[in-house]
Amino acid sequence: MASAFRRGSEALFDPSTEPRPPCVSRRPSRAMLNLHRVYEQNRQRVQQNLKDGVKVPEPIAVPHAKGKPRLLLMGQRRSGKSSISSVVFHKLPPNETLFLESTARIQKDSLNSFMEFQVWDFPGQIDVFDNPAFPFDMDAIFGEIGALIWVIDAQDDYLEAVARLNATILHLQRSYQHINIEVFIHKVDGLSDDYKLDIQRDITIRIQDELSDQGVENAPVNFHLTSIYNHSIFEAFSKVIQKLIPRLGQLEAILTNLCRTCRFEKAYLFDVNTKIYIATDSTPEDMASYEICSDYVDVIIDFTEVYGSWQRTPEWRKRLEGPPWEQKLEDQVACEWAESGMVLADAQRPIMLREVDRFLALVAIMKEGSYEKMPQINMNVDVVVKGLTEFFEITKSKMTPTAVPGGVTAVGGNGVMNGHGVVGDGR
Amino acid sequence: MADYDQPTMGASTAAAAAHAQLKKVKKQKVLLMGKSGSGKSSMRSIIFSNYLARDTRRLGATIDIDLSHVKFLGNLTLNLWDCGGQEAFMENYLSQQRAHVFSNVGVLIYVFDIESRDVDRDLATYVNIISALVQYSREAKVFVLIHKMDLIQPMTREDVFDRRVALVRRKTAEAVAIVRKQKPEVSGVGVGGLPGPGGGGGGGGAMMAGSLPSPELSTPIPDLEVEMQLFATSIWDQSLYKAWASIIHDLVPNLSVIETQLASLGVAIDADEILLFERTSFLVVSKWTSPEGESNPYGDRFERMSNILKAWKHTCSKYTGTPRNAEQFSDFEYKMGANFSMFVTKFTTNTYILVCMPPGEARFNSAKLNVAAARPWFRFLDGPMIAPTAGIGSSQMLSGLAAAGGEVA
Repeated sequence: MASAFRRGSEALFDPSTEPRPPCVSRRPSRAMLNLHRVYEQNRQRVQQNLKDGVKVPEPIAVPHAKGKPRLLLMGQRRSGKSSISSVVFHKLPPNETLFLESTARIQKDSLNSFMEFQVWDFPGQIDVFDNPAFPFDMDAIFGEIGALIWVIDAQDDYLEAVARLNATILHLQRSYQHINIEVFIHKVDGLSDDYKLDIQRDITIRIQDELSDQGVENAPVNFHLTSIYNHSIFEAFSKVIQKLIPRLGQLEAILTNLCRTCRFEKAYLFDVNTKIYIATDSTPEDMASYEICSDYVDVIIDFTEVYGSWQRTPEWRKRLEGPPWEQKLEDQVACEWAESGMVLADAQRPIMLREVDRFLALVAIMKEGSYEKMPQINMNVDVVVKGLTEFFEITKSKMTPTAVPGGVTAVGGNGVMNGHGVVGDGR
Repeated sequence: MADYDQPTMGASTAAAAAHAQLKKVKKQKVLLMGKSGSGKSSMRSIIFSNYLARDTRRLGATIDIDLSHVKFLGNLTLNLWDCGGQEAFMENYLSQQRAHVFSNVGVLIYVFDIESRDVDRDLATYVNIISALVQYSREAKVFVLIHKMDLIQPMTREDVFDRRVALVRRKTAEAVAIVRKQKPEVSGVGVGGLPGPGGGGGGGGAMMAGSLPSPELSTPIPDLEVEMQLFATSIWDQSLYKAWASIIHDLVPNLSVIETQLASLGVAIDADEILLFERTSFLVVSKWTSPEGESNPYGDRFERMSNILKAWKHTCSKYTGTPRNAEQFSDFEYKMGANFSMFVTKFTTNTYILVCMPPGEARFNSAKLNVAAARPWFRFLDGPMIAPTAGIGSSQMLSGLAAAGGEVA
């Protein structure tokens, strides 16, 4: 049983005391393999573009662990970088971030989520670009595809942070143009909506002015208003991660199609561990439906932890498989993965959830009164889940060593990714 | 499999007796006391008004006594006296309003702020309150909540709590001693008082597992004993639900009937666990666990479920824009492959039921039908019965009630 919802509880258990059914051996996830492929393509493209002698990292020498896409968290000290990574990736309750100590050295986390990325948390007091005593290996830090997340404390004086961010962008624009720069204007809970937008406008203008003075146009800089006390931090991370997903367009098309056929209001494909959504349908996004779907995933995780974490006795199983059932338990269930549905009392709107694979779950808000049609909807969802699985299967097979990188598919993959980089530019 | 094993019918005379019993709606006076700023109103808002923990920041200080009538299930009303904790008020309760505040108390909930700077003073006030309580309502149960435990580093929480428990128990004994000195005639009356608290503590023992239930006080006075339980709580986790579930557990009338009926339902539908929640507060009213379900390693799962469902309810209310106290969801199903199935559904008007059961589509669907069919059995949860209805299910239920009515009386 390698279910996304059970993984958390497995970790809670001492395997020596509780014999668990054999797990599917952990292999690099499909999405991760895709990312690796895209990274390769990008690297080649960068190599072609920059024939003026700029060194591009050689991935052949890089061990496998380093092939993971990387998110860099940077910003002034006390801006909330460690809190962000603890809340999003380690499920720390937001109010407990008060106890976090200041980060003294680069904190590297490797996350076995659906795309196995690395998160590097930089101490605020270190300036990577201006450190004569101990020069950093730039290639080791920035050489791999990923995103740089710059955290600015919106409740503090941010001029210095903006100045440092500008310097960083200018450095990166010289050598590593492919890195997305995501600015998190952080700690905006408690600020009024007007004030939030004012701050965002002010920071945007300051950065753009500085960049255009230096002759840098169209740098891939995006802005997000975030706080760890609500879902905004997860939504911002979703946007960041989505830009790193190859063929996002196809995923979105699948979901859009499902929404149309099943009369769903909104559908999300969630990464269960981090509650980041990796794709949604094409209807306009709204925070409210993301929140309820993400909390739904939470509820399911909690239920699974409480009731799905212990091994039932063989007698229990024997009794259930005996008369009048006379069937193996596995054959008594309709769906081997987690599935759930609930109905909101208000206007009888149902919400459904279906686990797609070890990491992903599909969550959809349905139109009012469609709960009676659940059986048909379940069939449709079955087809879509199969489609999603095939989708990952196909993109995975492209990753075999014999496949030639840079073919038509490669162009498509790049197109999707870069296209989104521009669309989400935030200006 | 959708049929139901019907236990034997009860006599109709018993039904009439039960009917008379149930006409009375039970009222309970609950005092909520503690120093100003210790979190009394915050916890009350979270449990009974569906506030989120972070929303309680907006609450102001309680002035004098904030009286609220909380309807809990159909036949129990809690008269919740939220007593403002500023010193001037406290003195007032202990002097002018002494008899008014402390007479006929069913339950006293005393809240200590673990972060308080002036522990001695807090304890001195506590001693005064307990003496007043013992003086006017000797039968009252005392629940001491050591609150704001989230502010203590997780490593040291247990130590800090244990030390405070010892301190509070000693002070309680002192308070009782003071009263005994003042009123020596009382000691002659209450000789039979000793078994009472022990038995009462034992009744709630199942729920208190894991905390510090021991009802025995180290006090040398056997006749004037205070039945008391201590809990470490925080509004930021499920510990609050554990404490409050224990508080209401002993107040719910006909508890034994609910338990028996829940058990027969559980056996009939082959469930692993059944929890019965009150509709607004989502406190666990009653529960039943199969022998298999007992091996669940999560001893705190009941309050966790309260917490999870309450949070979920809040999310729904935010999404739909309906009031927090309104009903938010009617049905929740979850099938975890060949591992387990569960559903939470609206049961009677005042309750929700959670059933956790073995996997299997047929089993799941018949369980849902059976739970729906069992609703009439539990109709008494919605209030005094208007008229005994015909039908096997309800007459059986009423006979059960008659037995319980005897126990209560």
